[in-house]
Amino acid sequence: MRWGAALVHIVLVSIWVALFGVAPGSSAPPIDYDFSGRLSLEGRWHPQSGAFPEQSRHASGVLAEPEFHLEDARGRSFSLTPFFRYDSADPLRTHADLREAYLLVFGQTGSGEWELRLGVDRVFWGVAESRHLVDIVNQTDLIEHPDEEEKLGQPMAHLTWSADWGVVEVFGLPYHRGRTFPGPGGRLRYSLVVDDDNPLYESRANQWHFDVAARYSHSLGPLDIGASVFDGTSREPHLQPELNSGGVPFLRPYYGQIRQLGLDAQLTLDAWLLKLEAIQRSGARNIRGVEQNYGALVSGFEYTFYSVWGSAHDLSLLGEWNYDGRGGNATNAFDNDVFVATRWAPNDVQGTELLAGIMFDATRSSQVVSLEFNRRITDRWSLSVESIAFPRVEESDILHETRRDSFFSFSLIYNF
Amino acid sequence: MNHSFFHRRPYLYCMSCLAVWAFLSARTPALSQEADPEAQGLKIALDARERGEGFGDFTASQTMVLRNRGGQESRRQLRLQVLEVPGDGDKNLFVFDEPRDVKGTALLIHAHREEEDEQWLYLPALRRVKRISSSNRSGSFMGSEFAYEDMGTPEVEKFTYRYLREEPCGDLTCTVSERIPVDRRSGYSRQEVWQDQQELRVWKVHYYDRKKAHLKTLTVADYRQYLDRFWYASTMTMVNHITGKSTTLTWTELQFQNNLDDNDFTRTGLRRIR
Repeated sequence: MRWGAALVHIVLVSIWVALFGVAPGSSAPPIDYDFSGRLSLEGRWHPQSGAFPEQSRHASGVLAEPEFHLEDARGRSFSLTPFFRYDSADPLRTHADLREAYLLVFGQTGSGEWELRLGVDRVFWGVAESRHLVDIVNQTDLIEHPDEEEKLGQPMAHLTWSADWGVVEVFGLPYHRGRTFPGPGGRLRYSLVVDDDNPLYESRANQWHFDVAARYSHSLGPLDIGASVFDGTSREPHLQPELNSGGVPFLRPYYGQIRQLGLDAQLTLDAWLLKLEAIQRSGARNIRGVEQNYGALVSGFEYTFYSVWGSAHDLSLLGEWNYDGRGGNATNAFDNDVFVATRWAPNDVQGTELLAGIMFDATRSSQVVSLEFNRRITDRWSLSVESIAFPRVEESDILHETRRDSFFSFSLIYNF
Repeated sequence: MNHSFFHRRPYLYCMSCLAVWAFLSARTPALSQEADPEAQGLKIALDARERGEGFGDFTASQTMVLRNRGGQESRRQLRLQVLEVPGDGDKNLFVFDEPRDVKGTALLIHAHREEEDEQWLYLPALRRVKRISSSNRSGSFMGSEFAYEDMGTPEVEKFTYRYLREEPCGDLTCTVSERIPVDRRSGYSRQEVWQDQQELRVWKVHYYDRKKAHLKTLTVADYRQYLDRFWYASTMTMVNHITGKSTTLTWTELQFQNNLDDNDFTRTGLRRIR
């Protein structure tokens, strides 16, 4: 372990010298060094056998996400966050990624500030909980988790100006990351397996098309608002059925060129959070493979009862409505769906938190239930239990192929 | 397959200001006796505020040791930086280092005297900055015996006051005043505050819950003077008389005049926190 840390230190210091031309320690600015991260032992169990014979009911796995960080006295820094996952059931879910490897510099301009991040990074946009609609910079690491919150590292140049008039951010995105999908042995997949090794691109530059994005955001009293634009390669693929050389059908991801305008806003009034995310997207193919311009939104609230009934417990209620203007032609299950959830936090020493939610389709009878429980065991170890269940999925629903894939997962996490 | 759920790690939300203002310097000696106890109580509070003004900015580390009735301990480690905003509440930034599952979580507060405070929470697992409600007053701060409102700036405008009496406290003479929270969301019906007459430093606070029962006692110790003016305490112990639990908050590495400005307390700055 000691040798590993020493080696990491040498590598990071070398990178630092290469970037800034100054050896840490050799000149005046002292270097801060931080090493942290998490290791996790996980098990996933499916009460029902899979719809396909290759699938198993159990999977166990290991996750490692160490974070290395170097920073000098002026705040210039380099961050490195690799990610590793081993999965016993699906060889494709055993994967590695570079979540972050970026250089950060910043300084003052007038009364405001500028910041530049160069390298692989993660960016989050949005306010909603049931779905992250405007969030588009990073590709989803779907094989990691079906909730679409896990993201792959994205190579970028990210420039920010901020002042009292708000924050402007500009992104140059030179390389497209393909979405990850479960293999034949994995659960939560379509009846046809997605071959993510050979995607098709609309652009002749393939994954090297230079995508651009920009966002303006501001905070005005109780209102936080953001407007964004993205022009480039879609993060969401259209999956087109094809036959391989052996005559076996599979799904090939197709990444078109799209333009997306996004708006996100949150009004914070006392214990109420009122939320809206909306997009207008052009150039994307719908579920039938036809290009269709469309609008979509998610809007709702979060209300928290603090110290309920004189106890230390907090109880939050959440409600969100998801709408997609394409209706039955939408490429997701959110054409007209309502999400209702409750979050319970007893504010105990262990930081216990329970979240229970249900998403139900307003036009069909489909339902998805989710449960998430987190609790610290010691200052370093924590426990996470999660379940996603599909008690009712209509045949016409996009989720129909995963209806047997309800699961419970258990994670024992070591934070360092 | 597209439903999305919340944050991967447990997190704190809705914390009120953590900066502790009560420990202020003094230049004027004891108060003149006045007939009206309300006016006298208010005058003490206004004097204490005035004496604390002009510190500019500071950074510090805090350690919290949480003890349950059986003596079992749990630790919290955090860093904070504070910027004085003349005529308004201060800007505060808190970064959590321990427990490790919340490492890197950061809380930004723009406190206000009249309007609601503004608060943003940075959740490192999702690289997400989330605007949160500032209306949580009586909830526990990080599972400790300090409620959010105990950590918060006791802005003069947020209480009504009454001078009660004078009594010895240690080697000093203290004034004992009552303060009643204006905010109905407060968990307290009233508080009794012991302040020495010389420097107006707070040494003890009794907290009474909504049922008027004596809920908690705060004891403050190890005052040190900074910049030849400002008195800040290093040790604060909160004991809950109902549950038998206690929390000791220790301040270390308190540093003034770091040339902090508004740019160190922005939403974009939150994303740079380590």
